Amino acid sequence: MTAERLRSRWIAGGLVAAIVGGVAALLRASGFELGAAVDALLQGSVGSWYALGSGTLVRATPLILTGLAVAVAFRAGVFNIGAEGQFLVGAAAGTAVALSFHAMPAPLLIPAILIVGAVAGAAWAWVAAVLRARFHVLEVISTIMLNFIAAYLVSYLVRGPLQEPTHIYPQTAAISIAARLPRFGATTRLHIGFAIAVSASLATWWLIRQTAGGFRLRAVGANPDAARVAGQIDVERVMMRAFLASGAFAGMAGAIEVCGVTYALYENISPGYGYTAIAVALLARLNAAAVIVTGVLFGALEAGANAMQRDAGVPSVVVSVVEAGIILALVAADRGARRMRTTS
Amino acid sequence: MSSAATAFVEATVRTATPLALAALGEVVVERAGVLNISLEGVILFGAFGALVGASSGGLAGGYLAAIGCGVAVALVFAVFAVAFRADQIIAGTAVTLLSVGLTGTLYRTVYGAGGAALSIPTNGPKAIPLLSSLPIVGLGFFYQPIVTYAVYAIVPIVWWWMYRTHAGLALRAIGEAPSAAFAAGVRVDRVRWLAIAFGGGMGGLAGATLVLAQAGTFAEGMSAGRGFIAIAIVVVGRWNPLGVGLAALLFGAASALQFLLQALGLSLPYQLFLGLPYVLTLAALAGLTGRARAPSALAKVDDW
Repeated sequence: MTAERLRSRWIAGGLVAAIVGGVAALLRASGFELGAAVDALLQGSVGSWYALGSGTLVRATPLILTGLAVAVAFRAGVFNIGAEGQFLVGAAAGTAVALSFHAMPAPLLIPAILIVGAVAGAAWAWVAAVLRARFHVLEVISTIMLNFIAAYLVSYLVRGPLQEPTHIYPQTAAISIAARLPRFGATTRLHIGFAIAVSASLATWWLIRQTAGGFRLRAVGANPDAARVAGQIDVERVMMRAFLASGAFAGMAGAIEVCGVTYALYENISPGYGYTAIAVALLARLNAAAVIVTGVLFGALEAGANAMQRDAGVPSVVVSVVEAGIILALVAADRGARRMRTTS
Repeated sequence: MSSAATAFVEATVRTATPLALAALGEVVVERAGVLNISLEGVILFGAFGALVGASSGGLAGGYLAAIGCGVAVALVFAVFAVAFRADQIIAGTAVTLLSVGLTGTLYRTVYGAGGAALSIPTNGPKAIPLLSSLPIVGLGFFYQPIVTYAVYAIVPIVWWWMYRTHAGLALRAIGEAPSAAFAAGVRVDRVRWLAIAFGGGMGGLAGATLVLAQAGTFAEGMSAGRGFIAIAIVVVGRWNPLGVGLAALLFGAASALQFLLQALGLSLPYQLFLGLPYVLTLAALAGLTGRARAPSALAKVDDW
């Protein structure tokens, strides 16, 4: 390890420490019991088998899949900040299928919902992908715009065409039993969506590492000009595919959230999974398998933060400060991140 | 009908004001070759600063605190973008996330979970004699808060500075070819620090406008994507301050369309109107970016 690398590690560590310390000092100054807050954080995330399975791992499931979405895109040099919108559209499309075909048997219905969710997410990403390929629109801006549009779309659906029959609450009717993902046991809320997320991550990791397509993806992300000139790679095509795959993962995450956790669509169904996903992917160094570990870590953090808000009154939004601190620390430490930039 | 038209123009200018402020700052930043995605966070922190400043120091305190907060957030971004040469898009996204988290936490800890009923001084409209009595556009353009009149002045000033002064030339040179500018004796990093700080101040002012001249209060996440829209406005305005001013008006008009359509008695889902500015941003970017050329060094880390 060179001296410079070592130094940037120190900078990164110092930054995270400063941010966490600053937040702690702030909370303390506002009269919160830090000990109780930390206690609630640990209890709510890893304090018991129930907290671990039904809190942390349930929360980790969408984070692994959206983190995977971000990792695949960033790996190809595509700055998909739109996992949030793709998640929402996937959730909406999945709910629509679940409600329309509620009488279909589960072995047919559940795969249909998940596939439609993934296709919807990919379609949402496709808009930004085409804007990038045809019109050179920076995908950072377009995907963020699409996030807002998706949020308003969901808002419209749950107050309009998909609203529950009594037309009182801004949400859809509950999906049928057949549309709900099986759980790992009677006493846990952990559903098989977690297994799907883990399998998707491992499969993607293998594809990126071992196949020609995976090599092209890495080559384009590392240096698009070199990939084009020396590797005879169709850069635009690789980026388009990565973008669509990314949207599909995020869309499927949305469908899984509906079928495994919420059983209905409503506004704010995502507490910002698509944004947390960026931290999940970066902390995993954009490695599709490592996303499982970082997804579980952030799942624990968020499940714990919910417990912290409930039991100690500390606002859970504090977690995004910590997430931002982690991203910034990694960016400062890792000059390799310089290669992950837009090419337009 | 004429009252609907007046209301439309008024809403256009009102909506355009914070967008123009933020975009005029960002155009300077981007001309220095830096893409500051954290503008969203800058505006949000500016809005929060305005709330805190105004509740103890009145209107002037609110505006000053907002500018201070905006500059501070922008400088955090600059530490990563300029000093560490980190990827600007990732650093900017993270700083925005940081701002969302910090303002949310601060707001809830300082003002309680309910966000207590707040009464802060607000900045009402002031009529400009003669001009405000022009038909239709008069009240819309010349019966506005002071900060809107500031925008009318800042647009030509930034244009003049950018195209008619040596400092402006140096700024544009950095955005096109930082290494060449450096060789010619321009202190690239210092200019970028200053440009980012200026952009932060303008973004903070935009946030202050939301609180002090419009909403009269603060809400979590109240910037609602205006930072990103401002970045799009810079593109639509072709990186020229005059174009940016016009583009901001265009976006203001798109948002104000809902008032006009409601006045005409059309009953469409309100989410359609809320989503319209974002759809328009996409359409405008698709229609214009092909023909407008970005500063060559924009968001590129390897060039410098």
